[in-house]
Amino acid sequence: MADVLVLAAHPHIESSRVNRALRQAASALGAPHVEVRDLYALYPDYVIDIEAEQAALARARLVVWQHPIHWYSMPSLMKLWVDDVLAFGWAYGPGGTAMKGRDLWLVASTGGPEDSYHPDSYNRYFFDAFLPPYEQTATLCGMRFLPPLVLHGAHRVSDADLARHTEGYASRLLSYPHWPELVELDLPQACVVPVEARPEED
Amino acid sequence: MGHGNWLTSSLIYLAAAVIAVPLARLAGLGSIIGYLVAGIAIGPWGLALVTDARQILGFAEFGVVLMLFLVGLELEPHRLWSLRKPIFGWGSVQLLGSAALLFGVASLAGVAWQLALVAALGLAMSSTAIGLGVLAERNLMATTSGQSVLSVALLQDVAAIPILALVPLLVTAEVRASGGGWMGAAKVVAVIAAIVLGGRLLLRPALRWIARSKTPEIFTAASLLLVVATAALMQAVGLSMALGAFLAGVLLAESEYRRELETDIEPFKGLLLGLFFIAVGMAIDFAVVLERPLVIAAVVLGFLLVKAGVLWAMARLMPLPLPERPVFIILLAQGGEFGFVVFQSAAGAGVIAQPMASLLVAAVAISMLLTPLLLVAADRWWIPLLARGKRSEMAEISESQSAPVIVAGFGRYGQVVSRMLHANGITPTVLDHDAEQIEALRKFGWRVFYGDATRLDLLRTAGAASARVLVLAIDDVEQSLKVAELVREHFPQLAIVARARNVQHYFKLRELGVELVERETLDSSLMSARSVLGLLGWEPHHARTLAMRFRRHTIRQLEEMLPHLKDEARFIAMAKQGRQQLEELFAQERQSVQRSRHQGWSDKPSDET
Repeated sequence: MADVLVLAAHPHIESSRVNRALRQAASALGAPHVEVRDLYALYPDYVIDIEAEQAALARARLVVWQHPIHWYSMPSLMKLWVDDVLAFGWAYGPGGTAMKGRDLWLVASTGGPEDSYHPDSYNRYFFDAFLPPYEQTATLCGMRFLPPLVLHGAHRVSDADLARHTEGYASRLLSYPHWPELVELDLPQACVVPVEARPEED
Repeated sequence: MGHGNWLTSSLIYLAAAVIAVPLARLAGLGSIIGYLVAGIAIGPWGLALVTDARQILGFAEFGVVLMLFLVGLELEPHRLWSLRKPIFGWGSVQLLGSAALLFGVASLAGVAWQLALVAALGLAMSSTAIGLGVLAERNLMATTSGQSVLSVALLQDVAAIPILALVPLLVTAEVRASGGGWMGAAKVVAVIAAIVLGGRLLLRPALRWIARSKTPEIFTAASLLLVVATAALMQAVGLSMALGAFLAGVLLAESEYRRELETDIEPFKGLLLGLFFIAVGMAIDFAVVLERPLVIAAVVLGFLLVKAGVLWAMARLMPLPLPERPVFIILLAQGGEFGFVVFQSAAGAGVIAQPMASLLVAAVAISMLLTPLLLVAADRWWIPLLARGKRSEMAEISESQSAPVIVAGFGRYGQVVSRMLHANGITPTVLDHDAEQIEALRKFGWRVFYGDATRLDLLRTAGAASARVLVLAIDDVEQSLKVAELVREHFPQLAIVARARNVQHYFKLRELGVELVERETLDSSLMSARSVLGLLGWEPHHARTLAMRFRRHTIRQLEEMLPHLKDEARFIAMAKQGRQQLEELFAQERQSVQRSRHQGWSDKPSDET
């Protein structure tokens, strides 16, 4: 039984289309092994309950970060969650092995269309260029970073396309870990910081 | 057949009450008049189903005892202490003033002085049962007039003792030194001391022990036993049973079992009090009334007017708010059950003739019967007149409102809530019952309605049945809880957002099922604590995080304590433990931050050092 933890983060869910549909789809699965935590609903005051979050993580095999891309990165509360919850000595650093061997899956949406993420267009970089911080965060925690599911041009997406996207997302949550691409995906490389690069311990 | 008798009389009393009371209420006359009429109907002058009114009266008087116990429960010792001036000052003015005037009038009318004195003392008393019963029925106990009625009633209970002792002495008019005078006084002091000390030291542990047995009916039995025992103790030394019960109630007013005792005793009180009113109805001797209707009418009218005159002067001098005066005057002008006792014992001692006693008893009973009727009349004609004369624009909320939010209580708290709502385009329906406050607020352009949110009809008019949220921002804890209870019961769709004055209030609201409760001082105190940390050198953001975490911890701790409210020992242990946990938690965090700094790892993987 694979346990899935969806961390949804959208600061203005009331005016969101894509992320609201995705969050609802995840909640509506009603699958006992899929837990959905809406960070902006849980922590409107930005005071994250670290123990509760770590306990939820401890139950999960797959961690989903479902959020819109804001300024080429994650929304601020999602970032605060990373700062607070993936703590030193727990998720990384000495003794920090809590997340080791788990999977991290980014489910993101961008306002700009796909072709805007191009050296010739206003976003100037392919979208993949913005992913290394995510990937490295996963790797430092010993997690496998799964190929992200990204919906570009979220403002203009047609109802039919959104429905298809949402459906695909939901079926992925249910079928994990039996995804075809996972077979080829290596286990995360050990990300050991060489001893000499590390400050001395005493 | 004793058994059959018991069944038949229960049948008669219950049936009479069940038929008469709803009819009376339907006619807008209140339940007390229903009981009285039921009594007349089944009594010797009605259907003659019951003949021994006196015996029932004696038994049903226990209802009055239970009622005073409940009144005592509502009155913490310090509040009773703050009432000492109204009790002894205004109470004495009422009793002595009325008695002196009545005596004067009777003497002028050529009545023998013994009879005049007995009649004056007996008629100066008022019915505690009807007085407090009406106050409770109309939810007026907390008003100034309610407290004044209670004060006077309490003094009458105290004064009844010397009066009863005095009456037999009038036979010969020579003072017989009673041998047991000092002994008697010593006994009285000893019993009161025993009740006060016992109530303070023994009752609570005893109740806790009983509560722990988790047998609800035993707790009920213990509650009744407590009242009966106190009453018996008081009676044994010749004191008023009701006074003893009242004292016991006051002593338990601060205990954690107050609510439970209240709910346990309440139904007994209600039924016995009903029985008491029925007995009063039965006791009206219509033979005497029919024999000398004019004399009776003159006596009733005369003593009501004299007492009302005294009370009117008192109300002016106190001063009571104008619209509250009619209730105060009517409730205390009537004669009372204590008059029955005075007249009976005077007749027994031969101070006055038996026919005279019957006549006076009938006069008192008729005045008691008239009281609810007078109140209805005052409601319809007198009070509106006073209210109109004073402030016409302060009419109660009368048109149905349909705002999605109702704010009950428009003090400092309710105002901020309403302002924020207003800033977001929501205009709540605001209720407050402080006329001056409302007047001031209306000058600032607020639409505030005058209305007591503890009244179901006003809540309904305010739109409670269709609104979505009630902001419960009332200052007074009792009233706030009452509104919460009412809303839970009658408007389950209405979400309550409540302000708690303190932790006890918080717990009580939570127990009533109110989920969104804010302790009114918590957030501002935490902001101050945060400022202190800031001044001591904590970084602003760190101080803010600590304050927010403290807040979450303290709320969570309260929630964990909620199921253990009844168990005081465990409760206190949990409170201490919670404090310790928080200190340990923060200490651990400080340590781990230090450790990671020491090891050169910052909190986060980053380049800054």
